[in-house]
Amino acid sequence: MTQDQFLLQVRDLRKYFYREKLFSSDREPIRAVDGITFSIRRGETLGLVGESGCGKTTAGKAILRLIEPTSGQILFKGGNILDLNREDLRRLRPHMQFIFQDPYESLNPRMRVGEIVGEGLEVHRVAQGREKAERVSEILEKVGLHPGDAMRYPHEFSGGQRQRIGIARAISLHPELIVADEPVSALDVSIQAQILNLLMDLRDQLGLTYLFISHDLRIVKHISDRIAVMYLGKMVEIANGEDLFRRPLHPYTQILLQAIPKLDPSGRSQGAPLREEFRPHSLEKGCLFQPRCPHSKERCQMEEPLLVDQGEEHLVACHFVS
Amino acid sequence: MNNPLLEVRSLTTQFFTEDGVVRAVEDVSFEIFPGEILSLVGESGCGKSVTGLSLLKLIPIPPGKIVSGELLFDGRDLMELEEREMEKVRGNDISMIFQEPMTSLNPVFTIGNQIMEALQLHQNLDKKEARKRAIEMLDRVRISSPEVRIDSYPHQLSGGMRQRAMIAMALSCQPKLLIADEPTTALDVTIQAQVLRLLKEIQGEMGMAVMLITHDLGVVSEIADRVAVMYAGRIVETGPIEAIFGEMRHPYTKGLWESIPQLKEKRRRLNAITGQVPDPMNLPAGCKFHPRCYLMIDDCKKEEPPLYPVNGEHFSRCLRWKECC
Repeated sequence: MTQDQFLLQVRDLRKYFYREKLFSSDREPIRAVDGITFSIRRGETLGLVGESGCGKTTAGKAILRLIEPTSGQILFKGGNILDLNREDLRRLRPHMQFIFQDPYESLNPRMRVGEIVGEGLEVHRVAQGREKAERVSEILEKVGLHPGDAMRYPHEFSGGQRQRIGIARAISLHPELIVADEPVSALDVSIQAQILNLLMDLRDQLGLTYLFISHDLRIVKHISDRIAVMYLGKMVEIANGEDLFRRPLHPYTQILLQAIPKLDPSGRSQGAPLREEFRPHSLEKGCLFQPRCPHSKERCQMEEPLLVDQGEEHLVACHFVS
Repeated sequence: MNNPLLEVRSLTTQFFTEDGVVRAVEDVSFEIFPGEILSLVGESGCGKSVTGLSLLKLIPIPPGKIVSGELLFDGRDLMELEEREMEKVRGNDISMIFQEPMTSLNPVFTIGNQIMEALQLHQNLDKKEARKRAIEMLDRVRISSPEVRIDSYPHQLSGGMRQRAMIAMALSCQPKLLIADEPTTALDVTIQAQVLRLLKEIQGEMGMAVMLITHDLGVVSEIADRVAVMYAGRIVETGPIEAIFGEMRHPYTKGLWESIPQLKEKRRRLNAITGQVPDPMNLPAGCKFHPRCYLMIDDCKKEEPPLYPVNGEHFSRCLRWKECC
């Protein structure tokens, strides 16, 4: 496989947060993202799933350097973007864009939609004046809004329409990579479906590559070619989407998939209700999932499992792959 | 069939705002039988939460008002009760749990204190007995070492545990009816599965009725016995769970279902409902769903359809329900 097939390669990415404590020399960091490695091919959608606090959003933001990673490599089209200075990074920005979860908070309420969507065109000197207005109209139509909406303010729109504005802003500069962080989680079910369809249409029309971050396994399965599962800052499994759902190999993935509510009342999940969930804390060594794992053995407490290819590009970090 | 525990007749709740009248709940009627789980399902603004709050007469007045309706609970009409009598019903006969346990628990009291408060107030238990019962309740919601955890403050518990503590509190007086408003929406999927299973099992043990308010058809299919689908303040389809999931006879229910990605199918475009929920101050004439409906004909714009009987207890508020399947 040649390197240039990959649009994005992330190697051993880490983001640690340090607690600011008065009168304390406690420098034990919170390891939000703790050495993740993965790649995305051009035109591919990689779904990144995990529960709250697993580091998926931090990973997404670090990859675009919206927050500065602690260490690692992020190769975009082969070049490490962590080596770029401010100006070079600014020049690269049009190629990689971010879509935020909350369409209410990610749009400036004092700016008209036309200004929000056209801002990038102007900043990166792509188009100005009438040409800019024409481009904005085109983009708005592409995301299912009306060209006349350019004169209105974000508060005049519903949640779904605001997310369309956020998407319009993201695609305005013809990006190659879009990191979408829970783009439909704040929306009603019927509107979720509209936005998912839009994201899939745009991917086909514009040849976009997505890193799609979500906690919703149904949605991730629907939109992704490959899926990566995160647990407490680490990757535990990466595989083709169909393959992952057919044969989840990591015990955590298995638990996650079993927990998805079935849409069939005759197939209700059985079993005794569990005691309270384990509250994870950082372990010195071993597998992070070990305290919750039903198959935990002695080795799991001693040695951290590495992400290993089990064939057909199905990678798992578990000592005892069943 | 035995008598319903709660019978809601033509409930209409409105909010009188400066901008106009919000018709949040319009002519809603349903029953809940002892020991069953009825699920009110719909998207934001459909009136499901306002219906729940109306049952406990917790609608802020003004601007809100229960304009009309009867709430027959266990033989009496709650609408007739004075506020002081209503206080005896809340938390004792009917309890409610909410979406975000952190905002419904008081951060400056231990969870034990908060569970004991209801027991001392409604059940006239002294402090010692109340504490014993509170520990029993925490054990019942499967919190480990309840005799220790009872002295925890809400912030010391995880989200799933807080919701368990809320459930323990709500059930401490053994209510006949529990209203659960999006009880698992703020929780992670693995925790959601645990809390749902817990609710279902405790409901069986205690034999109480549950009104489960949710936007999630997956949650409905996991634990509900009967379903009422709400849209724009109205019940548009209702019936036993097998009937509804077996054959959806309202285009809105069907649209909601088709908006959810199916795990077994290959990826394809979702059959999304077009448009958006109407402005509650400015609802369309006739069927409230007609502007978004693929089965719409001219008659749908004229008159609001009644709930047509489909089969047994299964009803649909669609003129063309026969063609919707």
